[in-house]
Amino acid sequence: MATPVLEAIDQTQAPPQGPPRPNVIYTWLTTVDHKKIGLMYIAYALVFLLVGGVEAILMRIQLAVPNNHFISPQVFNQLFTMHGTTMVFFVGMPILFGFGNYLVPLMIGARDMAFPRLNAFSFWVSAFAGLLLYFSYFGASGLYAAGSAPDVGWFAYAPLTAKVFSPGHSTDYWTLAVFLSGVGSIGTALNIVTTILCMRCKGMKMSRMPLLPWLYLVMASLVFVAVSPLTAAQIMLTLDRYIGSHFFDTQAGGSAVLWMHFFWIFGHPEVYVLVLPAFAFVNEIVPVFSRKAMFGYPAMVAASVSIGFISLSVWAHHMFTVGLGAAGNTFFVFATMVISVPTGIKIFNWLATIWGGKVIFATPMMFCVGFLFQFLIAGLTGIMLSAAPFDWQLGNSYFVVAHFHYVLVGSILFAIFGAFYYWYPKVTGKMMSETLGKWHFWLFLIGFHLTFDFMHVPGLLGMPRRIYTYEAGRGWGGWNLIVGIGAIFQVAGLLFFVYNLVRSYYRGKEAGHDPWDAWTLEWAVPSPPPVYNFAIEPTVNSRRPLWDLKHPEDPDSDYE
Amino acid sequence: MMNTSSTIPVEGAIEAPWTLPYRGTVGMACLIVAEAAIFIIFVVAYIFYIGKSLSGPTPAQVLELPIFGTICLLSSSITVHFASSALRKNNLRGCTAFLAGTVLLGAIFLATTAREWHHLIYDEGLTIQTNLFGTTYYSLVGLHATHVIVGLILLSTTLAFSLTGHLKEEHEKKLEVLSLYWHFVDAVWVVVFLVVYVLGR
Repeated sequence: MATPVLEAIDQTQAPPQGPPRPNVIYTWLTTVDHKKIGLMYIAYALVFLLVGGVEAILMRIQLAVPNNHFISPQVFNQLFTMHGTTMVFFVGMPILFGFGNYLVPLMIGARDMAFPRLNAFSFWVSAFAGLLLYFSYFGASGLYAAGSAPDVGWFAYAPLTAKVFSPGHSTDYWTLAVFLSGVGSIGTALNIVTTILCMRCKGMKMSRMPLLPWLYLVMASLVFVAVSPLTAAQIMLTLDRYIGSHFFDTQAGGSAVLWMHFFWIFGHPEVYVLVLPAFAFVNEIVPVFSRKAMFGYPAMVAASVSIGFISLSVWAHHMFTVGLGAAGNTFFVFATMVISVPTGIKIFNWLATIWGGKVIFATPMMFCVGFLFQFLIAGLTGIMLSAAPFDWQLGNSYFVVAHFHYVLVGSILFAIFGAFYYWYPKVTGKMMSETLGKWHFWLFLIGFHLTFDFMHVPGLLGMPRRIYTYEAGRGWGGWNLIVGIGAIFQVAGLLFFVYNLVRSYYRGKEAGHDPWDAWTLEWAVPSPPPVYNFAIEPTVNSRRPLWDLKHPEDPDSDYE
Repeated sequence: MMNTSSTIPVEGAIEAPWTLPYRGTVGMACLIVAEAAIFIIFVVAYIFYIGKSLSGPTPAQVLELPIFGTICLLSSSITVHFASSALRKNNLRGCTAFLAGTVLLGAIFLATTAREWHHLIYDEGLTIQTNLFGTTYYSLVGLHATHVIVGLILLSTTLAFSLTGHLKEEHEKKLEVLSLYWHFVDAVWVVVFLVVYVLGR
């Protein structure tokens, strides 16, 4: 108790007694905790996955039968533009950044990212970018009162994006959204690289780091050199549209092909930005469910780094039909084919990890096996398309669409689902239901193969991309119907997934620290992890610190 | 001591002390890589469009070598280096002086760019809308000038801290990160100078 005299001297103000603040919302809005930000990234990506999925379904309904009039050509253009932009920038990138945010500090034994406030900033900028893209539905046409979404394709080729050909503001919303998403991505990538290089716990040399942080390091480094060119190109496009410069203005001597180069210098490495984290998940899941250490760790690291480098020299395989000349074609055909070497190394290493292991077919592992199978096929059609003459024949056809959806859905989305089932116990403390998981897996697998296996066929038969309908006598009708039916199975699988996510949170089995008997540091902390992650900073002596703890008689450090 | 140093060291004791790079430096290096990629795209656009303008004026007609501004900007790289080494030696007065010099030299560079643009716009009639040369010239030089402005804001803030006595020896690493950014801005100018004023003319 303070004496009256002291009270007279003490001028300290009592803290203001405002109304009790809404704690939950306030905490999430102002958080700089990498785990909360990671979860917000994932939640935000799931919302956009739903939106992008609905757009895909609408397009499939329109294409299911010939001469359909379910939606108008204008709306169809908007749908494929929004679907592509949403799925790449507002689903793929944020969901992978979300997992990276959540897992990287935990796996390298750090208490947070290197720049927590930059982390929050990057998330909110990206989130704002997504809202901006969809606000175009209400605000884009400016004076004409009714809104309109961007309809220039997710690649936005010049000169269609010029003010004369795309009046109104829908293209501006697209540009701004992609620009801001790029700023957010670069910020998060910077954070990931810095965290991995500067925040590793004691003893975790680069050669002892788990493969997930390694692949995120390559992925984030790739973001600097891949996303920045797109950001630069968006600045140019905005200058063209707003103050009348002529970068892509063919009337003033500008070049439409230059935009294609700038876009694909981003566009192709972007595929690897998305697929490297998927590799990362598989790298963590496959060894744990095969009960073996990763086969060929140094080869995996080397393959990932070389994928990063080679991916920078393949972009013009998107432009074979433009006419690059013999030298250009040869170079890009060769570079594109070379990238199958490191990816092949990875596939063989995963197979060798499974080989002879006591394989446990839990849901995460099943999604990874699906990933392996589908990624192989995606790679094979990729090699087919990398041959320039083949690409002249099938470029811009549904064969290409089927090929890259095999990568994006069959490989990346499958790995992401695997990651959900694998790390959900860590995030929530509850196991996801295996029964529902199996339903999800099989329905989605059947749906995926119905949709994307059969999508190759109309492509081979000459059906071009981005057409809103087709005539009856082309022989495409039946195939498109099967593709559409596959989508129904995928939706059914997704419903099981969402139900499983929600139900397991309330009714799931308690997970404990380490439900999978895994070996990396995130399983050493409680589930869900405390705010500070590690009460005592861990020290590691090998690539599998938890193995060392569980088997002190035979630690990994003796062999590395 | 002689005895212990000649014995075989105990296992585990040979581990080197655990040191990791300073995160500010790594973060700035990442930012520089990303920014460099942005500049490369603008430089490629500039080089690609050299001589492709459909109308005048051409670079040879209107551009003059900005020797004075270039000397100022490049010297500011030296002064910012002296500022951070002065801070490392706890020479606060010297640090303030060199920071002030850096801000001054950077501001002079900006002023020469402003004068050049004024001349080009009002005397030569070259704007960003005139032709491809105008488009690429103003955007590339403007992008660089934007980075100079950002650098100057950061340096002036540091100078203000220094003048009010808030800059201490312990901030030395942070000042080094800032000087890294400033060196990058200078290095970009060397490229811009070579491309715009030497190659492009």
